[in-house]
Amino acid sequence: MKQFMFLFKGGDDVWDAKSEEEQGAHMEKWMQWIGQMAEQEKYVGGERLYPAVKTIHPGGKKVTDRSFAEAKELVGGYITVMAETLEEATEMAKGCPGLQWESSVEVREVWPDEA
Amino acid sequence: MESRDHIDTTLNHLFRQESGKMVAVLIKIFGTENIEMAEDVVQDALVSALETWKFRGIPDNPKAWLYRTARNKAIDIIRRKKHSKTIDFSDPERKLLTSEYTLASTMDNFWKEQHIQDDFLGMMYACCHPDISSENQITFILKSLCGFSTKEVARSFLTSEDTISKRLYRTKEYFRKHKIRPRIPFPEDINTKTKVVLSAIYLMFNEGYNATHDDQLIRKDLLSQALWLCKSLLDNERTQLPEVYALMALMLFHTARIDSRISDQGELILLSDQDRNLWNKELIAKGSNYLNQSAFGESLSTYHLEAAIAYQHCTASSYATTNWKEILNYYDLLLTIDNDPIVFLNRSLVILELNGPEEVLKTIQKIKNHKIMSTYYLYHAILGEIHERLMLPNKAVEYYQQAIELTQSKLEQSLLRKKIGRILN
Repeated sequence: MKQFMFLFKGGDDVWDAKSEEEQGAHMEKWMQWIGQMAEQEKYVGGERLYPAVKTIHPGGKKVTDRSFAEAKELVGGYITVMAETLEEATEMAKGCPGLQWESSVEVREVWPDEA
Repeated sequence: MESRDHIDTTLNHLFRQESGKMVAVLIKIFGTENIEMAEDVVQDALVSALETWKFRGIPDNPKAWLYRTARNKAIDIIRRKKHSKTIDFSDPERKLLTSEYTLASTMDNFWKEQHIQDDFLGMMYACCHPDISSENQITFILKSLCGFSTKEVARSFLTSEDTISKRLYRTKEYFRKHKIRPRIPFPEDINTKTKVVLSAIYLMFNEGYNATHDDQLIRKDLLSQALWLCKSLLDNERTQLPEVYALMALMLFHTARIDSRISDQGELILLSDQDRNLWNKELIAKGSNYLNQSAFGESLSTYHLEAAIAYQHCTASSYATTNWKEILNYYDLLLTIDNDPIVFLNRSLVILELNGPEEVLKTIQKIKNHKIMSTYYLYHAILGEIHERLMLPNKAVEYYQQAIELTQSKLEQSLLRKKIGRILN
């Protein structure tokens, strides 16, 4: 088994536009999705991130705030899971409820792979 | 501003009803190694209620308010302790509490009505573990599941708060060491495990029923808590066992007669002298109902038989018309289940009614040498009664006096003194 990280990107505008009830119901879906992976002992952990951003640019001198253009690329959080291959992990990631709310999921293998 | 008294009454009532359930849910969330954490959250929620309601008034649904507050406080603690070792997040049930993606929904799941009931009963089974002494079991139940203060538990047991704290500490240590996981037992274990729970409940009931206490309030509290715990077992399909119904019936029959047992002057009144109009017919009817419901399955427990005896007493129109023969039958059956000298002793009172003092003096010889009897006040009181009826006043007084020395109960003592007075005058 290898470890993979799902990076959730974008979708903040959709989230902000929803009511508290809708957000609650949406998180219930996240719970079911992650819960299922946890039951199969494939879920490792994860964190959700606030949207405020500071970027330090190469060289380390220039610091900028988040720009509007990047909104779709903004990482909103991640979870780590266990899977055999990148393909299997990708299949698992397709169940992410965020995809219905204009988020994208980037699937990456954690380095190094523990053989 | 809401009146302080009104808030206090609402909270006290709610606390008694709900604190045990909240504690049980929180123990499930934090683990049995963190019982104090669970109790602190409930305590905090209560303090918040007191402070908030004082200014904003009692909310429409105070129970929901209290639960929500406890839930939010639990979330705060989980967030704070996420990276500490205090809570075991490797447990599959707790794993989803560690991420914000799943924390709130997982938390809400813990607080669903059917889970609350199960956790509460699970906790009851957990503290009725055979390795925990029965007095420690009841102490823990009263404190953590019935919302008694340490002081109230101490008063219930006629002991010091210090002793109670030590007992609680020992039980919590046991939970911590063995990582006990509270749950309703599997069907194959449910009968044996329920027996221990029922005996704790019955012990609690007797603590309130027996006249060791001068404090009426504490006694009634113990009775109603015992009834409430038994009722919560009956409310759950998995624990609706014949014995549970039988114990409920038995306790209701006893409770129905409680007001006629003590006079306005605070003296004990014997069954033969009790005013049967004072018996609570509603409770007797409820008890009969439960007794009927207890008649399924193959088990005939001591509770069934004791309830059947109590039913005979409750439904007899007078002492003279009591169906002693039927009662004797039940006692004989009881002795076949459990050859208990105390049961034998109570049976001899029935023999006294049926066959007179000479006969009972013969039968009582059987248990004369039993070591409990020499220090058991009731044995001496009954011998006093027998000798009084045999017209042997000196001996009777002697036995009554011994009985007085052997009981702690002021009520029993004064009843026995009255009997001596009756002989001497």
